[in-house]
Amino acid sequence: MRALLTALWAIVAREALRFSRQRSRFVSALVRPLVWLVVFAAGFRAALGLSIIPPYQTYITYETYIVPGLCGMILLFNGMQSSLSLVYDREMGSMRLLLTSPLPRWWLLFSKILAGTAVSVLQCYAFLGIAAAMGITMPLMGYVYVLPALILGGVMLGALGVALSSFISQMENFAGVMNFVIFPTFFMSTALYPLWRMAESSVLLRDICAFNPFSHTVELIRFALYEQFNGMALLWTMLAGMIFLGLALWGYDPGRGLMRRRG
Amino acid sequence: MTGLKVERLGFSYGAKRALENVSFDVEQGAFCALLGPNGAGKSTLFALLTRLFTTREGRLTVMGHDIARAPRQALARIGVVFQQSTLDLDLSVRRNLRYFAALHGLAGREAETRIEAALERMAMRERADELARDLNGGHRRRTEIARALVHRPAVLLLDEPTVGLDAEARRAITAHVHDLCASDGLTALWATHLTDEVWPDDRLVILHNGRVLADGTAREIAGQEGLTERFLNLTGAPV
Repeated sequence: MRALLTALWAIVAREALRFSRQRSRFVSALVRPLVWLVVFAAGFRAALGLSIIPPYQTYITYETYIVPGLCGMILLFNGMQSSLSLVYDREMGSMRLLLTSPLPRWWLLFSKILAGTAVSVLQCYAFLGIAAAMGITMPLMGYVYVLPALILGGVMLGALGVALSSFISQMENFAGVMNFVIFPTFFMSTALYPLWRMAESSVLLRDICAFNPFSHTVELIRFALYEQFNGMALLWTMLAGMIFLGLALWGYDPGRGLMRRRG
Repeated sequence: MTGLKVERLGFSYGAKRALENVSFDVEQGAFCALLGPNGAGKSTLFALLTRLFTTREGRLTVMGHDIARAPRQALARIGVVFQQSTLDLDLSVRRNLRYFAALHGLAGREAETRIEAALERMAMRERADELARDLNGGHRRRTEIARALVHRPAVLLLDEPTVGLDAEARRAITAHVHDLCASDGLTALWATHLTDEVWPDDRLVILHNGRVLADGTAREIAGQEGLTERFLNLTGAPV
């Protein structure tokens, strides 16, 4: 057990060190949701009226509505960024060091995911802090309750990133991830508009949004920020997380996954 | 005791056969050169030995541990130096070794003691706090060998470790590893396509097109022809 925790700590510390040296990565990860919050939300505030839906007990501004979705956006982009760094590590050969360790491979990959999640969670809190400074505040305890939701969401999306990285053969293919994974996942979710809004334009779109695990992660964060628990969102996020973790392990299995097929 | 045993090993990339019925073993404390031209199957064999790939054809045993059945025990006894550098260039030499030690579950005083010993062994103590990025090619390779020794492996696998090094650095690294085998009883499998890295008393396996063409001591295989000529005749490859 001590050996596992030693490896976990080393992997997290390495990711933190790498992150601390990439200030621009921290800033860009914050700028992206802030641009949405300041520019997009201001533009759409008038167009997108919101009714009172749980967990809200009163009318809210559009800026307030999209804050949990933008936290999800940070987790999503960082999860994919981790997948990019794994593809880079593999091309550079440093992934071999990890995969030839005698510790269980599932633990090493899980540690990688947790390391990426830790960075994402820090960014989410920085974003929530800036949002609060702009007057978009949540109940005080919501900032505490949201921590496990952010960790769970981060692990789920990180696992998706690791799974994808095992199927991406080269860095150049990452543009495909942007087009076919990040954008559809984000836009076909409850991050920017509630389900009932979506249903007004297309029932099929609403169903896709309701099926999208990212929607459930966003709802888990939204409810937690308002000191409420959303069991369905938790269940859905956990289920998706387990499936993605399974896929990630399969992808990096020396006997079955792409590591072997690529040769 | 046998340090490394390869039995009837086979592997394919789709329809392309990379290894065909490869068998040899290396006694504990021996330096074994795996000589073969580019594309002979050396790196594939290393990927199988380090469990980056697996195969159902044949058997690999490290210090008595079957890689397929007891991968963790086998991997714990192996130190690897890959052909491509795997150092984190933004970390110091010591931090690279510390990270590796942690991946083997080693931390605290025990890890530090082992790291110091490994650095000392490869004459890298004075450079321990330099960034890997600032080292020359020879010192980077020495760092990688020191790193591969941190967990005190019984078998050291080196996949063309002198690629890109000048003649002096190549000779120094080759001598270092021979010395490790002689003094520490380490079993080394050294993949190369350069005959001048093989010493007359070394164990030698010549691999070509995924098959073992010769297996014995370098002196025996070289015969009267000399190793370079013999290797060229066997493989038809430029050296």
